[in-house]
Amino acid sequence: MSLAELFAEPFMQRALIAALFTGLAAPAVGTFLVQRRLALMGDGIGHVAVTGVALGLLTGTSPTWTAVLVATAGAVLIEIVRERGRTNGDVALALLFYGGLAGGILISGIGGNSTATLQRYLFGSLTTISNGDVVVTMVLAAVVIVLCLGLAPQLFAVAQDQEFARVAGLQVRFYNVLVAVLAAVSVTVAMRTVGLLLVSALMVVPVATSQQLTRSFRTTIASAMVLGTVASVGGLVLATLASTYDVNAAPGPTIVLLALAGYVVAWPVGVWTRHRARLRAPFPDAGPTEHEPTETHPHQHGPGCGHLAVPHDDHVDYVHDGHRHAEHGAHYDEH
Amino acid sequence: MSVVPESANVAISIAGGAVELGGRPVLRGIDLSVEVGTFLALMGANGSGKSTLVRALLGLHPLSKGEVRIYGTRLDDFGSWQRIGFVPQRATAASGVPASVWEVVAAGRLTRRKLLRPLSRADRAAIEEALEVVGLADRRRDTVSHLSGGQQQRVLIARALAGEPDLFFLDEPTAGVDRPNQQALAAALAALKERRATVVLVAHELGPLAPLVDRAVVMRDGRVIYDGAPLGDHEAHEPWFGEPHTHHHHAAPAHPDHAPQVAFPTTSPNGSIR
Repeated sequence: MSLAELFAEPFMQRALIAALFTGLAAPAVGTFLVQRRLALMGDGIGHVAVTGVALGLLTGTSPTWTAVLVATAGAVLIEIVRERGRTNGDVALALLFYGGLAGGILISGIGGNSTATLQRYLFGSLTTISNGDVVVTMVLAAVVIVLCLGLAPQLFAVAQDQEFARVAGLQVRFYNVLVAVLAAVSVTVAMRTVGLLLVSALMVVPVATSQQLTRSFRTTIASAMVLGTVASVGGLVLATLASTYDVNAAPGPTIVLLALAGYVVAWPVGVWTRHRARLRAPFPDAGPTEHEPTETHPHQHGPGCGHLAVPHDDHVDYVHDGHRHAEHGAHYDEH
Repeated sequence: MSVVPESANVAISIAGGAVELGGRPVLRGIDLSVEVGTFLALMGANGSGKSTLVRALLGLHPLSKGEVRIYGTRLDDFGSWQRIGFVPQRATAASGVPASVWEVVAAGRLTRRKLLRPLSRADRAAIEEALEVVGLADRRRDTVSHLSGGQQQRVLIARALAGEPDLFFLDEPTAGVDRPNQQALAAALAALKERRATVVLVAHELGPLAPLVDRAVVMRDGRVIYDGAPLGDHEAHEPWFGEPHTHHHHAAPAHPDHAPQVAFPTTSPNGSIR
């Protein structure tokens, strides 16, 4: 079957829509989690959601909805432990990690479900999504995106500085719980795409990639959403392409590895631009300096002479071999 | 316990205030009332409770006793938070994701913005003005974490200024900040004072801010030990300063704090258990 024929199939179109919405929603919440230095919270919630899925499978109800409920309860619990415990929450996350995963596997075993069923949720199975699942994914993802972008000023302020936000009259606890609930919802949204065990990657990796190159919060969240979409749709296309060559590439891991590849490309670019910005930052004006002419200097500095030109007060210093040379009449001064 | 006057001229007051942190009494018997337009310096050594007092005044620490009133309204009922500007004690204005100077300052405007509304022209003008006052208008697009410590402190002040408050709290804005940045800070606070804003400044040392101060309150070990005319930096840190029961620093006992008492027990000023 050719690639074009595959994409004409309804199940592929459903998968594409789910990938698109997941790719947009997950990094939107992820940006606020990274801002709070809670990058692994998505992972913790994902593990808790395993219990939710297993409960759904055991009781015969939709695993998506039981996962939303249990993940939300777990997220709120993490917030409470974080607020009460006065710790940075990593121990609370660890407790939920293991409790959630162990509970899920135990319950699904009791329910007599094969590991294959649970695996669909652990590692994602984009191509088995039903019409109903697509609609739920679209609605939940849209709610997450609208709330994340609409309340961005408030969520930004609370994540940046809780005490300031409280004195500004914001309901800090409400916004903290809101971020936790949004994270739980996007975990369950992304569950069918990349799976519960890899969900955090789609929330965090695009943010880590975009902040290599951005200077503001708005550009970070916007480019993270673009990168997340490129990774999830691109990963699905790549996995499908591989399948036409009889290579069995699961979409979930392909998406995550594609997102990571983006980071690997952006990182050296970020290192280089930061290095460059540091070299070119103007020298601070420390008042009048002593007049110290350079020794005989045959080279003529100027724009395009090949040496780094850095602004210094009202003139330009040319940097080479550890010296800063400033033009002074017919000679150069050491600055 | 003195009675705080219920005057319309009082910006913020605390009466019989006490704060416990984790069951330990930290602040005891605090009576303080700050009149509108006053520039008050809250001084004292590290651990004297000055930051705790400011946080209690703002409701960040619950009072175990007493009551706080802001513009005559009990703290629990107070809702006009746009009138309050707060500069928390911070080493940095950075967080896990890059944020530009403009974005951090714009967060200060949230007190006056309605939910889900874009920034109005008045909001943008206030943000611009706040950036101008602290002298960072040309750095607005830069990431806060790339600025120096003093510049980050000025960003936090601009954030509080953007809400156009008339009661201003600054917690150690000069700590670890170099002279040129302290002077930029003093200029920003002088502009506030000219607008008749009320300022409560927590400071270990005043430095270039000293000429602005109208009233000094010195704390020691969780109590107010001096309340009156502005003091020089050296005065508030003299060893005799804040000797209990000697509220006028001119009547200075000669012995240093915690030195063995050689006088008759009946004449000792340190008779009470501290």
